[in-house]
Amino acid sequence: MRPANEAELSDLIRAAQGPLRVAGGRTRDIGKPVAGEVLETAGLSGISLYEPGALTLVAQAGTPLAGVEAALAAEGQRLPFEPMDARALLGRDGVPSVGGMVAANASGPRRVQTGACRDSLIGVRFVDGSGSIIKNGGRVMKNVTGYDLVKLMAGSWGTLGVLSECSFKLLPVPEAQATLQSDVLEVPQAVDLMSRALGTPFEVNGAARDHAGHVALRIEGFAEQVRYRLGALQDALGGDWSVLEGDASRDLWTAIRDVTEFAEVPGDVWRISTRPSSAPDLVALMGCPVVMDWGGGLIWVLVPEGTDLRARLGAFSGHATLIRGSEATRAALPVFQPEAAPVAALSAGLRAKFDPRGILNTGLMG
Amino acid sequence: MEMPQPNPAIMAKRARILARLGAELPPAALITDEAECRAYECDALTVYRCIPMAVTLPSSTEEVSTILRICHEESVKVVPRGAGTSLAGGSLPTEDSIILGVARLRDVLEVNYADRIIRVQTGMTNLSVTGEVESDGFFYAPDPSSQLACAIAGNIAMNSGGAHCLKYGVTTNNLLGVTMVQMDGTIVEIGGAYADAAGYDLLGVICGSEGQLGVVTEATLRILPKPEGARPVLIAFDSNEVAGACVSDIIKAGILPVAIEFMDRPCIRACEDFAKAGYPDCEALLIIEVEGSEAEITEQLGLISQIARRHNPVELRESQSEEESKKIWLGRKSAFGAMGQINDYMCLDGTIPVSSLPFVLRRIGEMSREYGLDVANVFHAGDGNMHPLILFDANKPGDLEKCEAFGAAILTLCVEAGGCLTGEHGVGIEKRDLMSVQFTASDLDAQMRVKDVFDPRWLLNPAKVFPLEASAARRAA
Repeated sequence: MRPANEAELSDLIRAAQGPLRVAGGRTRDIGKPVAGEVLETAGLSGISLYEPGALTLVAQAGTPLAGVEAALAAEGQRLPFEPMDARALLGRDGVPSVGGMVAANASGPRRVQTGACRDSLIGVRFVDGSGSIIKNGGRVMKNVTGYDLVKLMAGSWGTLGVLSECSFKLLPVPEAQATLQSDVLEVPQAVDLMSRALGTPFEVNGAARDHAGHVALRIEGFAEQVRYRLGALQDALGGDWSVLEGDASRDLWTAIRDVTEFAEVPGDVWRISTRPSSAPDLVALMGCPVVMDWGGGLIWVLVPEGTDLRARLGAFSGHATLIRGSEATRAALPVFQPEAAPVAALSAGLRAKFDPRGILNTGLMG
Repeated sequence: MEMPQPNPAIMAKRARILARLGAELPPAALITDEAECRAYECDALTVYRCIPMAVTLPSSTEEVSTILRICHEESVKVVPRGAGTSLAGGSLPTEDSIILGVARLRDVLEVNYADRIIRVQTGMTNLSVTGEVESDGFFYAPDPSSQLACAIAGNIAMNSGGAHCLKYGVTTNNLLGVTMVQMDGTIVEIGGAYADAAGYDLLGVICGSEGQLGVVTEATLRILPKPEGARPVLIAFDSNEVAGACVSDIIKAGILPVAIEFMDRPCIRACEDFAKAGYPDCEALLIIEVEGSEAEITEQLGLISQIARRHNPVELRESQSEEESKKIWLGRKSAFGAMGQINDYMCLDGTIPVSSLPFVLRRIGEMSREYGLDVANVFHAGDGNMHPLILFDANKPGDLEKCEAFGAAILTLCVEAGGCLTGEHGVGIEKRDLMSVQFTASDLDAQMRVKDVFDPRWLLNPAKVFPLEASAARRAA
């Protein structure tokens, strides 16, 4: 199924007799394996509105992300949240779409400063599991009119509705960027250093530790500003640093964003979200290769196939998601963190209200 | 503005309900005396008042759970209340409802600079949260004008913003976790001291749900390191259009000020008379603030001034000292107080796309003449959040009704221009009946389905947000 517009999308869902697998570019294929007829959103394509002076863009959900990024780059703007391109890590080809990015709430290193995809998402249109067309939010940055279903749709993996249109708040691309890179550091020292850096007023907007153990800290801004902040940050932190500028800095952050160190390496990949101060203990418990982002708040973990990482960690502050694993592993282990009973009841209640027939990506989130 | 009739069956069993609450709560947590309850008859939207059946002031999450469980069992409506500073009537009670105030929940539970979080009970005021971490160089970013008085609970309920949210976002962008009590007394933990909560974004839905989904008793908030410094520039123009064009050019140039505030002539005059901030006599005034080191501030203000000069400002004045900066902000922050001295006023809160600014301001001017009521405009120009203040005389028969009609017309205009009814104050009762202007029946039903999940019997703050006729069947069930 490949609807050409929102009305067709609504008709198709209303008439559906069985389960549907919602597909944007199919480049972020995670979750429990889902049965059903494929419902492609690629027919819903195009930028409906772009106002650089108002820092807002509205695009159809099936629009290729690359097209949006090119349009923004032409005006010196960008999506603030630096969405991951998951193709290399997951071994997929295909064309990442706006709707898929939103459904995954894909958010990269800059999250420590400008928030996640959901924080820049200011409006959605979607079709729920009954075929009703619903709009929420809009195209303005500040909006508290009614409940915020925009956030609810971000990261709901197509289980509450199929997105047809998304609106974003944008940011200008700063004139310059540079990165401070450390020598190899153990995890506790690395996390401490990243926390201290993020606690300075110098607006560090990337704080990561690569697989080998190098800590990277990114600064963006006007050229003079970047120069000043690099110096001030080094003074505040002490130690020896090398400085990467321009493309070298950009490439480093693309690699962190896309976890390329674990691409084409055999094994399952998990994603842990936690408080940075808990990260050293967790990494010690795991005893596996890790890439850390968000100052230690995000940990990518490479484990042997079929490992139940959650069992190894026990209870901790945060949650674990199986991002890459065989169909058998994904069928055997909960992909998303199991929820406490009262929260699970709310999640199930929302699913029942927005997809009463249980036909949208059924079971994907567990 | 209409509120539902009190339910006689509930009124009839008032004594039993209060006895049950009294039996399980400490004496200080329950107020039943009518004179004392009167203090809770309204919030900052003072034109509407109603004395509740009783007021409860719990001191712990467990007490909140007890109150809600009893009220749920007795089918009593509950109206949550932060500090009572809502401008939209968010905590206006009905006669057959019980107020649940969080004012006694004031503990700081954790401060952690390594993780850059603070966990507090939600009766703490917005400013006192910053007060806890300020001496260590941190702050809590959302800064509504009422920050001295307003509670975190209310900030979460209304998803409050402030002057500096262009850079730092609003409450929802700074809220990491909550402990919330549902109407049946169930206590849920959502999110925590980490960047993204698991599963569906329930935090995102709870934030801004106007106390209709649950009572948030504890919150984990993101704190940020304080910038090295901040300084505003004042730019005066002889027309609103030119000021609007200047804002757009600054944004397009890649500068991201921390705040861009806009005032029109009536507002400038009132603020100047009230606060003596040294504002120039002009049609439109921008206050633009940037942050950073002294050199960074100078560079950014230089770029802004360069852009502004292309628009031939009447005056352009960079603040030269902390004292001058304070004075500039004092003028802006006292706008509402200044208006209150002149007249009764109604403060609106619509948001529009920044590009529609000149058109909307012109239309408001025309409508002001049609309705025969003066309007002053003050707003957050960077994000299009307008605060038109309509002046009226509450003692003059018919003036309030005229003012409400004018307000509704302005908000309808905001929606028609591509914007929304409320940018940061919330819907409450004030904009409840205008929701159909912005949303279709299907849009509203989708939102109400969320309430069906969290509060199936519609007992929590039920007469707010949704037009009464749209929610009637659910409230009656």
